[in-house]
Order: sequence, then C-alpha cells, then structure tokens
Amino acid sequence: MTELTLGEASAKTSARLEWMLVGLGILALLVAPFLIYPIFLMKMLCFALFACAFNLLLGYTGLLSFGHATFFGGAAYFTAHAVKVWGWPPEAGILLGMAGAALLGLVMGFFAIRRQGIYFAMITLALSQMFFFFCVQSPFTQGEDGIQGVPRGMLLGVLDLNVSLNMYYFVLAVFLIGVFAIWRIVNSPFGMILRSIRENENRAISLGYSVANYKLGAFVMSAALAGLAGSLKAIVFQFATLTDVTWQMSGEVILMTLLGGIGTMVGPIIGASLVIGLENTLATSGFPVTIATGLIFMVCVLIFRRGIVGEFYARIFKRAGKD
Amino acid sequence: MTMIFGIPVQAFLGQLLVGLINGSFYAMLSLGLAVIFGLLRVINFAHGAQYMFGAFVGYLLLTHLGIGYWPALILVPLIVGVFGVVVERLALSRLYDLDPLYGLLFTFGLALVLEGIFRYYYGVSGNPYAVPPLLAGGTNLGFMFLPNYRGWVVVASLIVCFGTWALIEKTRLGSYLRAATENPRLVQAFGVNVPLLLTLTYGLGSALAGLAGILAAPIYQVSPLMGSDLIIVVFAVVVVGGMGSILGAIITGYMLGLAEGLTKVFYPEASNLVVFVIMAIVLLVRPAGLFGRDA
Repeated sequence: MTELTLGEASAKTSARLEWMLVGLGILALLVAPFLIYPIFLMKMLCFALFACAFNLLLGYTGLLSFGHATFFGGAAYFTAHAVKVWGWPPEAGILLGMAGAALLGLVMGFFAIRRQGIYFAMITLALSQMFFFFCVQSPFTQGEDGIQGVPRGMLLGVLDLNVSLNMYYFVLAVFLIGVFAIWRIVNSPFGMILRSIRENENRAISLGYSVANYKLGAFVMSAALAGLAGSLKAIVFQFATLTDVTWQMSGEVILMTLLGGIGTMVGPIIGASLVIGLENTLATSGFPVTIATGLIFMVCVLIFRRGIVGEFYARIFKRAGKD
Repeated sequence: MTMIFGIPVQAFLGQLLVGLINGSFYAMLSLGLAVIFGLLRVINFAHGAQYMFGAFVGYLLLTHLGIGYWPALILVPLIVGVFGVVVERLALSRLYDLDPLYGLLFTFGLALVLEGIFRYYYGVSGNPYAVPPLLAGGTNLGFMFLPNYRGWVVVASLIVCFGTWALIEKTRLGSYLRAATENPRLVQAFGVNVPLLLTLTYGLGSALAGLAGILAAPIYQVSPLMGSDLIIVVFAVVVVGGMGSILGAIITGYMLGLAEGLTKVFYPEASNLVVFVIMAIVLLVRPAGLFGRDA
C-alpha cells in the first residue's frame, strides 16, 4: 500500500491542515448531540475509533489484518460480561475489554507476523474465524442471543451514564483520547520505525531493527484500541453479539479506512461516518447493505484508492505544485 | 458390532466419508486459488462466492429451464468461467501493477455483491437440489453404506484435481502458464500473449469454483451463504499447503478434510476449529507451509 502514502514534505502541510480540521471537528462533535440523534453519533464515534485503530496497522505499518472483528467484538463480550455478570463499573469493564483485546492481539499477531502480505491477511482472517466459532460455542457469550441488557452504570461512581448526554460526552472523551493516543504512536520514534517497515521492510531489517517485534507491538496496540472501541460500543448499546466478531465486521472496518483514506489520521473517521450513515439510510430503504458495501469496495479499489481524504490532499498538493 | 478406538466402525467410516467429501471441496477450491494466485498474484476472495454462484446457476437452470444435472455439469463451469473472464478483463487486469492486497480487496467486494444479490432474491435459507436419478440410492460395501452420489463426488473431484494438475504440468499450454508465472515479461517477449493467458487463468479458476459449486449442490443445500464460510476454511488450507505447488494444494485439501472428519468422531466440538489449529501449528513449525517455497 506504499505507493499511495504522502511524502515527508507534504506530510507537514497535511499535518497543519489536519489540525484545522481537527479543531473544527471537535467543535462540531461538541454541539452535535443537540442536532443529531445521540445514539447514532455514538455508534459513529465507536466505529471511527475502531477504524483509526485499524488504520494504525494498515496505514502506518502496512499490514492488512482481516481479523480485527475479533478485537472489536471480543472486547465487547468481555466488557459486557464483566459489567453484567460480575457487576463491574463501566470504566473497569472497558479496561478489561481492552486488556482482553490486547491479549487476543498478542496471540493472533504472534502467528500472523510469521508471514507477509497476502498470507498475513489470510492468517488473520482464519484465526478470527476460529475466534468466531469459539464465541458461537462458548457458553459465556450466550450464543445467538448475545449478552443483552448490559447496564450502563455510573462512571467512576458519580456520572450516571443512563443519561444520554453524559454517555455521549463520555464516548466523545474516550474517542478523543484514543485518537490522540494513535496520533502520538504514529508520530513517535516507534511510529517512524513502523513507517520504515511499511516502506521497505528489508531495509528496516538491515538497519538492525527487529522488525518482528515492532510489527507485533503495532498489532497489539491496534488490537487494544480496537478493543477500546468495541467495549465502548457494548456499554452504549448495552449488548454484545456475534455480529461484532464476524468476518463481515472485519471487512467493514477495512472499507471505512479505504473509503476515508489509508494512512491519514482523519480519513478513517470520515470513512466510518459515511459507512455508518449509509447503513442507517439503507436500513430503512430495503436495499441490501452488503451489495452497497461491496460496490463501494470495488469502486474504491478500482478508481479511488487514495480515499476521500487522500484524494483531497492530492488535489491540494497538485495545485500547490503548479504555483 | 466392530469397534475402532471405542467407536462403532460404521460411525467412524461415516465421518471419515464426510471428511473426504469436505476434503474434496477444499482440494478443488484451494486448487483454483493456487492456480489463480500462481499467475495473477491475486488472492481470489470471490472464490467462495463463485462456488455459490455455480451452485445457484445449476439450481436456476433446473428450476427455470428444466436443464438437469448432467448438462449443468458442463454449462455451469462455462457460465461461471465467462463471468470470471469478464471480471478479469473489466477490473482485475487494472490492478496487476499494484500491491496484491488490492486484488484481495476487490474480490472481497465482488464476493459481497454476489452474495448480497442472491441473498436479496433467495433469502438465507437453503434450496434443495435433487440428486440426479442415475446416482440416487446407495451401495452396500459390506463394511459401510455408501450413498452413490457421494462416491461420485469423491471420484469427480479426483478427476478434476488431477486433470487440472496434468493440464498445468504436462501440456504445452500449461508450460506457457508455468513460464509466465516465473517471468511474465520474458514469456511475452517470446510472443506468448500473456494478458490473454492471465484472463484465461482467471476464467479457469472461476470455472473450477463453479464446477465445485454444482457438484456440491445435491450434497449441501444451495444457499447464498454456502461460499463465504467455506472460503475462509479454504484460506486456512492454502496457508497450510503453501500456494507454491498445485499438487500441494490438492493433497492438503484432502488431508485437512479427513482431519476434520476424524475430529468429528473423537471430539465433535472442535471439528470447526481443527483446520485453524493445524494452520497455527504449521505456522509455528514451518511458516512457509507444508509445500511452500517462499519463506
């Protein structure tokens, strides 16, 4: 996926642009619940965080995981179980979900990084399907029904999450922290090494980096953050079901990232919002969602590989280049 | 009653037969994947959808046009193959210069669309496809009862697999194909039409998936979801076998089918998982796959 990422000089300009967008975006998100149905917004934010976490791996390390539903859905199950059955407070449940996802990421990553490229994608897909079968059979997930009626509870014992706006701002805060964490990771020395692996793995090896460890590290971080998104979703919607661990979910997060722009900070957020918005619209129209997502996939791959944000930058730099 | 490992022989052999049948389909599908990947460097995610498509074409030929199983055995691979050719010409051929992952993503989208269309019109429930009269009933082999159709599927899949193997390893066309796999530019310079070869290869791979679909129709129900669950297992098979060798893909397919059947006898809960567990073990011991060449 290297050929579509931005050069270093343009990355600087893009960073400034992204800051402006980020400021506007945060402002919009602060007032949004007064204009738009909060549940929809929270769903959007959860998936946006999921897509950003996924992009940490695909966009900045160059690894295409086809198994991220495992972390998203798995964390949702862990959180739902801890909060509902063990009576844990929501923040503890979310942390547990994250830790569980990180552990799953460690296991899956350990196997998957043994192969590269297309095999990596197939291995993550297969292992994720294995986790799906485990969820189908294991009693704690309650099979087809899923874990329902998860109480939202009191955040830190003081903030009642049953109040819609409280829940919303909590989700927004977690979302911002998560995205900030990803931004920090990407722009740290660690992140630079990840990028060098993406650009030229063999050269990174010859420079003395233990590429396998870096890949595994990126995989675990991406898994933990995807888990954070899944845990959050479980608290918001008060259930965890098999839908979130299916391969279709893994595909969906790829689509969000691809549509928004692989390897950009804002892209996955925009992509996720569009995909979720589209699904909401289609849900009432009767047009099958899978056909729509499939078509977007094909169109994106054929003529729109930079994604919305990537295409936007490309236009701007083209114009800048002419002047 | 005779017992093997504390299990009645009948049940043991019955599960082994189920394993062999599943293995036949794993082998046929992973073979198609390997053929396509070998030349195009594309992992055909739509392989499962094309298998489902094949089963549905057979089903529709029967219900709408009254065309039975035997003609369908020829017609279905043709139709699915032509479909593959169109897809390759219109879309896949534009992706060869890019990272192979784009091919995977494109065919993933294609799989979603195909599955979505059939799901929209036929729902998720399965549609039965009757066993052709010639192969109805079964044969008593003395030690077990073998439904004729299942016996036929095993034989047919062996013919298909080794036919394809022979086509690629033993014919002139196959030698072009293998040469183009090694060095497409050089082969093109020798005057072989490589783009045409690529198109035909994808068509052949798709046709194989379609053929597997029509073979599967009387055994499994014809349903829009029949392909997607299978393809993931086949991916695991491909990881175990490594895609370097056609014969490797075939052998691995049968082996893992049998392993699955055996697990069903001894520990049914794990039968869904065993292929993936084997994949994980192979990755630990021999990351390139059992027959793989690349590290």
